[in-house]
Amino acid sequence: MFWDWQFTWEILPLLAQASIITVEATILGFLIAAVFGLFFAIGRLYGPKWLSIPLTGVIEFIRSTPLLIQIFFIYYVFPEFGLSLEAMTAGVLALGIHYATYCSEVYRAGLINIPRGQWEASTALNLPTVKTFRDVIIPQAIPPVVPALGNYLVALFKDTPLLSAIAVLELMRTAKIIGSEDFRYTEPITLVGIIFLLFSLIAAGLIKLVEAWLNRRIMRL
Amino acid sequence: MSAEAAERTSAKLPETAPMVRFDKVTKSYGSFVVLDQLELDVAAGEKVAIIGPSGSGKTTVLRMLMTLERINGGVIWVDGEPLTSMPRNGGLVPADPRHLRRMRGKIGMVFQHFNLFPHMTALKNCIEAPCTVLKLPKAEAEARAKDLLEMVGLGNKLNHYPAQLSGGQQQRVAIARALALRPKVMLFDEVTSALDPELVGEVLNVIRRLGAEFDLTMLMVTHQMGFAKEFADRVCFFYGGRICEQGPPDKIFGAPENDRTRQFLKAVLEAT
Repeated sequence: MFWDWQFTWEILPLLAQASIITVEATILGFLIAAVFGLFFAIGRLYGPKWLSIPLTGVIEFIRSTPLLIQIFFIYYVFPEFGLSLEAMTAGVLALGIHYATYCSEVYRAGLINIPRGQWEASTALNLPTVKTFRDVIIPQAIPPVVPALGNYLVALFKDTPLLSAIAVLELMRTAKIIGSEDFRYTEPITLVGIIFLLFSLIAAGLIKLVEAWLNRRIMRL
Repeated sequence: MSAEAAERTSAKLPETAPMVRFDKVTKSYGSFVVLDQLELDVAAGEKVAIIGPSGSGKTTVLRMLMTLERINGGVIWVDGEPLTSMPRNGGLVPADPRHLRRMRGKIGMVFQHFNLFPHMTALKNCIEAPCTVLKLPKAEAEARAKDLLEMVGLGNKLNHYPAQLSGGQQQRVAIARALALRPKVMLFDEVTSALDPELVGEVLNVIRRLGAEFDLTMLMVTHQMGFAKEFADRVCFFYGGRICEQGPPDKIFGAPENDRTRQFLKAVLEAT
């Protein structure tokens, strides 16, 4: 038989277990991407030259090299410099930093769309720079770019199988192990695909909710 | 204030030192000179209307006072202190951020396009700066903001977002927001130009009230000649980056001496 249902039910708990790792890596990775991305964007746009120029170089470098190489680099090369990280930590860090560079471009678009008058009003009201960013600029810059950030959340999620390369026991790695033990790949690989599809749909739905919530909250002229 | 400046002050205005003084202030963008060696004194409590054709540098005067534009030459004095520089070793050096913040605290500005924070209610717009800049406790800042919004006739709109208010209402919130920091000098930059005609009156009425109830020095760039005539103590006609003619409203509007002033006023009258 092409599809073995009994085998399917047998391996499902294993894959469910592994999907927790995948979701964890996604959430942690995206947190890093969202936070660092914002700092990258602000540093690049408004930072002094000694910061913005090297930052631009670093961002371009990270964006132009494959994520898989970065994952390997952090996991296998960093220890040479005395920084040994667990596979999961190294993987999450690589995912997060890689996607931070994409997110920074998204934030950049949001930030440069803030009308000059908002900055001028903040100056006229004597607000310190940090408060201007925190209370005036960022709350207006983020809502319009939530859909674009959401796309990267899904993209990052779909890149988590790369962590299987450094032996993180996420979905893909687990499916491969199951396949090689039982010589059946059809069920585990198909199930992994379905699980990814389900989570992607859920994530897209959540992003829509956040968008709607922000649109209701943030009044624009 | 430096001794030299004090001397000149006493030479020009024996009774009171000016609240604002432009001392040979120059502003240029590349080779285009916006303001050429501007000299202008505004006494404490004085209301000065600035009129003139577009591109004459009127708005730049206000923007420099609010430190939104860098000046290329000369010194602006506010309340006896240089605005963007500070005295050191007998000379003036560029101001540090602390000095700039202290000086900006003396000045409030209302913009043509309101520039309210769209994600904050009217009340929040008015307490943001008092809370963070003046470090007022929230309750006190709110009480102050409510009083001011009440005064501009928006006591019932405290929790409305800017998008829920008309242009005239938004501009009145912007006035309340600027006043909440208790400035000594208020700048009005074409505050009615972006408004529908029927909303101009309500904003001008608020400014009239400020003039009557607050001890504020006011500089306003305006195209409302009728309002300038009735409200201002002095009218300055700008042309080509210079003050072409200035004097009491009766004289500027009634018997202007300069040809350019006459031409400008004639053109403005024809438009209305």
